[in-house]
Amino acid sequence: MDQLTNYLFIAAVLFSLGVFGVITRRNGIAVLMGVELILNAANLNFVAFSRFGGMNLDGHIFGLIVIVLAAAEAAVALAIIINIYNNLNTINVDDASSMKQ
Amino acid sequence: MEQYFIQFSLLILFLPLAAFVVQIFLGKRLPRQGDWVSISAIGITLILSLIMFATMLSSYDSGFSKEASFTWIDMGSFSIQLGFLIDNITIIMLVVVALISTCTHIFSLEYMAGDIRYSRYFAYLGLFTFSMNGIVLANNLISMYMSWELVGVSSYLLIGHWFEKDTAANAGKKAFLTNRVGDIGFFIGIMLLYTAVGSFMFSDIFEGVAVGKISGTMLTLAGVGLFLGAMGKSSQFPLHIWLPDAMEGPTPVSALMHAATMVAAGVYMSVRVFPLFSPDALLVVAYVGGFTALFAASIAVTQTDIKKVLAYSTVSQLGYMILAVGTGVYTAAFFHLLTHAMFKANLFYGSGSVIHAMHHALHKKHDHNTDPQDMRNMGGFKEKMPVTYWTMLVSTLAIAGVPLFSGFLSKDAILAGTLAFAQHHPAHLLLPVFGFGAAALTAFYMFRLMFLTFHGAPQMPELIDDIHESPKEMTGPLVLLASLSVFIFYTLPYVDPFSDHGWFTDLVVAGDSFVPGSIPAREIADHAHHAHYTAMYTSIAVAFLGIALAVMVYLRKVFSAENWVKSFGTLYDWSRNKYYFDENYERFLYQPFFRLANKVAWLDWDLYDKYFINGFGRFTDWLSRVTGRFDFEGIDQGLVDGTGRIVNYLGGTFRKLQTGRLQNYLLYVTAGLIILTIIQAF
Repeated sequence: MDQLTNYLFIAAVLFSLGVFGVITRRNGIAVLMGVELILNAANLNFVAFSRFGGMNLDGHIFGLIVIVLAAAEAAVALAIIINIYNNLNTINVDDASSMKQ
Repeated sequence: MEQYFIQFSLLILFLPLAAFVVQIFLGKRLPRQGDWVSISAIGITLILSLIMFATMLSSYDSGFSKEASFTWIDMGSFSIQLGFLIDNITIIMLVVVALISTCTHIFSLEYMAGDIRYSRYFAYLGLFTFSMNGIVLANNLISMYMSWELVGVSSYLLIGHWFEKDTAANAGKKAFLTNRVGDIGFFIGIMLLYTAVGSFMFSDIFEGVAVGKISGTMLTLAGVGLFLGAMGKSSQFPLHIWLPDAMEGPTPVSALMHAATMVAAGVYMSVRVFPLFSPDALLVVAYVGGFTALFAASIAVTQTDIKKVLAYSTVSQLGYMILAVGTGVYTAAFFHLLTHAMFKANLFYGSGSVIHAMHHALHKKHDHNTDPQDMRNMGGFKEKMPVTYWTMLVSTLAIAGVPLFSGFLSKDAILAGTLAFAQHHPAHLLLPVFGFGAAALTAFYMFRLMFLTFHGAPQMPELIDDIHESPKEMTGPLVLLASLSVFIFYTLPYVDPFSDHGWFTDLVVAGDSFVPGSIPAREIADHAHHAHYTAMYTSIAVAFLGIALAVMVYLRKVFSAENWVKSFGTLYDWSRNKYYFDENYERFLYQPFFRLANKVAWLDWDLYDKYFINGFGRFTDWLSRVTGRFDFEGIDQGLVDGTGRIVNYLGGTFRKLQTGRLQNYLLYVTAGLIILTIIQAF
């Protein structure tokens, strides 16, 4: 189990699940969760390449930054979703379509 | 003073025009309807002309002449010069126009008082004075022609002043149209001269004639053409028909325009262009003038309307002047123009005064059916209107050619010239016969007028108590003009009532004709001088014959006028009805002309208009319908709208891709990524 391929496979599965969630879910929170999956798939890749690629701590640092960024992103996105809920009484992203012609 | 003459002339010309402009636009709003504007303008004009006249008398130079021109149109080889020519004839004529015009203005103050178009009447008087002075001052044919037409217009406007009356409106039209006939001749004459000489200036044309640039038949034609204009304006046979009708205008207008000045424009023009008349043209002039003199006098004998008598008398006297031009003594023509202007204007004012009195008397009796101008309703006015009577008597003596009065001098000069012409050209014996015959008739009908109006028992006794002398505005001009009919004013500095020798003959000396081979002026004057005494005795004899006949028929009633009417039945009818000229013109000229006009109208309307013009219209209509359909259905609906529809359809289709949902876009991105990966893998 100590091979790069295994990590990459897991990351790919995570990424695919995230994209699938983002595309198919109509619930705003679920979409955000999909995004988190995608980000973590990326984090896994960074750390795996750092470990097996012979680099020092570059990948780890990158992973940490992404986690911080994801937290910030989640805070802003949740605020938006709460606002949508306040205005429309729903968090279904399809209903937030008042800008559409 | 001579150096200011051009400036004076400009003022004389344009002051009446300024008065016209002020009156026509502001007249009604000015106090007294602005009559003082016109009066002061014409007054200044009179003063300036009198200054020029006095200067002329003091310098006493028969050859005085001053000219000023400017270029009006300049187009390379074609240029027209306009300008003034001021010589003694011009100055005398300016005084005549200004004097009679001033008298008319003053006379009209009372005569036209209360008229509905009072201010417009004065405006038109100003327009007339402007255009008449334009004729008088012109040194070229083109500006003379312009003023000539303007005079026609103002005459038309003033004859039709009371245009509510059909007769007045028609008389105005008749005057204008009859004048047009003559004016066409005038225009042809001008163009013939311009084509030959290349200039409209009198001096250039005379020079051209002298060197033979135009000669023979063309010169005669040009002369006759110019004379045709004079025939129209001066009412010569056969274009005389408009002048008697023109008496429908207000009487002061008749005095100013249709007796003293405007109708004299034809004579004035003939005098101006005399040096280019060829002998043949002069013969035409002489015969037209002589015949008109006798012909019109024979009509005047039987007319009963006081103004109609004076109108035909005017035609006859103008015939005299034209006769004098034709026989070569054109200074005598101008002399008669001058004296005639004074006494004929006076006679018209006198008749105006009588009509005014009649009008008021009839008005008081509420009688609107009796004609106030008919002499058969008058009689016995002598005591009631002494000023009018005595002034008219003076003028009547003058026009009859009685010694001591102005008419005698000028008429004598004309008759002497005519007699001398016949002595040297025995074939033309008819001319002096015309002249002396007309002189006898003139004396007869003028005294008939005086006796019927002022003497005898009143024909309408119920009116006689209401007949009063006219106010000072009217009698003033009468007295002034009557005194100017005394011989002394024309013979100074000499006092000889039997000779016309005086300042006039000293200052207005006939010049030689410029036509090669014509008789020198000196010789014509000599001939006339030799014939002077014969002519004088004969003219005195015929004048007294006429007066004596009038006395016997109308004063003493030795002969009964009614019996004469019976014995001369046909002749009387002819004369009474003006030789049926109007009727014959109607039958042989107007009616065929109307028929021709109808035929032409049929060609124009029924053929050309209906088929060609309307057909063209219909074709265009059809063509535009076809192109319209092609444009609408083909281009507009098919091509233009089609493009729009295609774009619309494509847009409608593709907009479905743009859902606005991020998840859809992400799906596309993912799908694209997968496809790219698959392609990459193989």
